[in-house]
Amino acid sequence: MFDSVVNALRLIADADPVLWSVIGRSLGVSLLACVLACSLGVVMGAVLAVVRFTGRSVVLTVLGALLALPSVVVGLLVYLLLSRSGPLGFLGWLFSFQAMVLAQAVLVLPVVVALTRQTIEDADQLHGEQLQAMGAKVGWRSILLAWDERYALLTVLITAFGRAISEVGAVMIVGGNIEGFTRVMTTAIALETSKGDLPLALGLGIVLLLIVWALNAAVALLQRWRRSIEAQAL
Amino acid sequence: MTAVIRIDHATVQLGRIAALNAVSLQVKPGECVALVGPNGSGKSTLLRLAYGLVVPTSGSVQRQLATTHAFVFQRPFVLRASVLTNVALPAWLRGSSWALAKQRAHSALQAVDLQALATRQARSLSGGQQQRLTIARALAAQPQVLLMDEPTASLAPQAKLDVERLMAQCIAQGMTVVFASHNLGQVKRLAHRVVQLEQGRVVADLPAAEFFQTAILKINSAQDS
Repeated sequence: MFDSVVNALRLIADADPVLWSVIGRSLGVSLLACVLACSLGVVMGAVLAVVRFTGRSVVLTVLGALLALPSVVVGLLVYLLLSRSGPLGFLGWLFSFQAMVLAQAVLVLPVVVALTRQTIEDADQLHGEQLQAMGAKVGWRSILLAWDERYALLTVLITAFGRAISEVGAVMIVGGNIEGFTRVMTTAIALETSKGDLPLALGLGIVLLLIVWALNAAVALLQRWRRSIEAQAL
Repeated sequence: MTAVIRIDHATVQLGRIAALNAVSLQVKPGECVALVGPNGSGKSTLLRLAYGLVVPTSGSVQRQLATTHAFVFQRPFVLRASVLTNVALPAWLRGSSWALAKQRAHSALQAVDLQALATRQARSLSGGQQQRLTIARALAAQPQVLLMDEPTASLAPQAKLDVERLMAQCIAQGMTVVFASHNLGQVKRLAHRVVQLEQGRVVADLPAAEFFQTAILKINSAQDS
C-alpha cells in the first residue's frame, strides 16, 4: 500500500506521459461539456426563473427528477442516440472524444438549469419589481439578474464541472475507455484498479482529488472575495 | 387642470385580502401628495398601482400620456456594477443611447451629490448613498412624476435629511411627487396634500394644512375625553 502511494506520487512528479495525457483528456472533455451545458443551461434557467407559462410547474418537476439521473442512464441514452442505427448515428461520434463531451453535457445540463433557475428566481423575488420599475422587460430582467448573480452562477459552473469530471458511467459507455483516445481519469482508475496497477490508479485518484479540492477552494475564495468587496461600505 | 394620475374606484385583491378597496385618487401636475396610514393600509399598493406595477382587479388607472414616471423603493436595489452604470441603465432600457444615458446619469449624480463616486461599485455605498443613487436613477429618466415608497424609512438621521432635501428640490422644480411616509413631520414639511388610508380605503384626502389641523383637533378631543 505504502509502495503504491510512493510510486503514484513518483508518477505525478516525473510527469508520466500516460498519466498526464489521461488528465489532459479528462480536463478537456469536462471543460468542453461544461461550456456547452452552461451556455444552454444558464439561458434556460434564467428564462425559467422569470417567465411564467402554462405547464411551468411540470417542467420544474421533470427538471428536479433529472437532477438525480444516474450517469449510466445518461450514457445509455447518448449511446442509443449515437449508435449506428440511432438518430445521430450519421455523426459517427460513438467511442470518440465528442461522444464523451456530449454525454457529460447532457449529464450536467439539468444541474446547471436547476441551480441557475433557483438562483435567479430568488433574486427576482427580491428585486424583480425594482428592475421592472426601471423599465426592464422580462428578457432584460433575466439578463440583468443573471449578470447580477454572476458570482453565484460561477459557483454553479464549478459545481457542474465537479460533477462532470468525477462521473464514470456515461463516459465509459459512450467513450469505450480506449487507451490514448477516450481513456479519462475516472475510467482509467476503474480499469487500472481492476488490473491491479494501483500506482497509476492512485496517481490519477490523487490528481482528481486535487482538482475537486481546488474547485472547492476556488468557490470559497470567490465567495470571500465577493463578500469583502461588498462589505467595503464608506 | 388634467390629472397626471387618475385612479377611479380601483380595487386590488391579493388572494383573499383586498389590499385596496374602491380607491379613487387624482394627482395634478406639480402636486406633492403624501400617503399616510398604518402598516398594511395599502400605501405601497396604491403607489404600485399608480405606477403600473400592480393591475387593478376592478376600477381603472389612467396616467397622462407623454409623462414619464419614476419609482423609488423603500429598500434600494443596486446592481453589482458601478454607480454610473446603475444610474444610466433605466434611461438606456427605455431607449436612450448609452452615451446619452451616461450623460443624463452624470447630471443626475451631480444633483444628488454622488458625482465623485461615479466609478465606485454601487454595492460598496452606504444605505443613505444607495438611496440617493436610486433617486439619481429615477431623475436620470427625467420624470415628470416621481413616486416614492417610504424613501427615508430605513435610513440614518443624516441620510434621511439628505433624501428629504432632494425631495424638496424635486418639488420646488415643479415635479409631481407622490410619496408614502410614516413620518408626519416629513409629510408636514413636504406635502401639499395628504391622503390617509386605512384597511385599503381612503379615509381622508385633504390639503396638508387642513389635514394637520384636523389631526390636532382629533388629538385634543381624544385627550379631553
